[in-house]
Amino acid sequence: MNGELILFFVLALVAIGSGILMLNLTKVVHMVIALVFTFLSIAGLYVMLSAEFVAFVQVLIYSGAITIIMLFGIMLTRHDDKTETKIGVPRMILVLTGIVAFFVVMFFQINDLSFGEQAADLHVDNTEKIGIALYSKYVIPFELTSVLLLVALVGAIILAKRDDEDKGAEDNE
Amino acid sequence: MSSVPLSVYLVLALILFCIGLFGALTKRNAVIVLISIELMLNAVNINLIAFAKYGINPSITGQIFSLFTITVAAAEAAVGLAILIALYRNRKTVNVDEMDIMKR
Repeated sequence: MNGELILFFVLALVAIGSGILMLNLTKVVHMVIALVFTFLSIAGLYVMLSAEFVAFVQVLIYSGAITIIMLFGIMLTRHDDKTETKIGVPRMILVLTGIVAFFVVMFFQINDLSFGEQAADLHVDNTEKIGIALYSKYVIPFELTSVLLLVALVGAIILAKRDDEDKGAEDNE
Repeated sequence: MSSVPLSVYLVLALILFCIGLFGALTKRNAVIVLISIELMLNAVNINLIAFAKYGINPSITGQIFSLFTITVAAAEAAVGLAILIALYRNRKTVNVDEMDIMKR
């Protein structure tokens, strides 16, 4: 029982516990706040897996941006009703059965999966290696990602824009 | 060098994926459904990064894949939330079981 194993179990416990808490809380804002802890502990797991840059990106994008945008979505819509009116019991049993079957099948597939000890030095100059690979080997997917982000930005603005403002802008022109 | 084997990371990712799947299938608030999908994508990212370190051919490629996944997930969250707000403006609801306008 060394330190790395203890750290892993603490991070995994926080991640799974926050996920379970997300399923059981009643207010939607509390659910999102619970998921922040899951995202942060997943970032800690990335550091353990020698992926420091991805851990920083995880903290910035998930714990920062996506959580804030979800909180905006909750605040801009009606959030005062608690989700006490659950779905029906037969459907809940069906969903639980399906998920437990999926879990059992996948668990027995991956339980004793191991490729042996690999001597990877990914943690040495991690950000530099990612930058070099991103701008040499993966430069076309990188540029396509920028186009995708632009399309998502424009699409989100057009979708969320009010229709009456649209008419007003057309009348002004 | 490391004492945490690959399969433990995969089992953790599987548990998180199952939690996200359960939330996406049973919750009624559409924002919670969206964030459950984000949790499932995070579980996939854990798998990618675990295979990048402990896989057959360990390299930096898994981390780059996970960076692209994070980017696409952020774009998906923004567009999904924009659709949700447009729908809320028309229907005054965010419950997924009341979004049945194409079923009627």
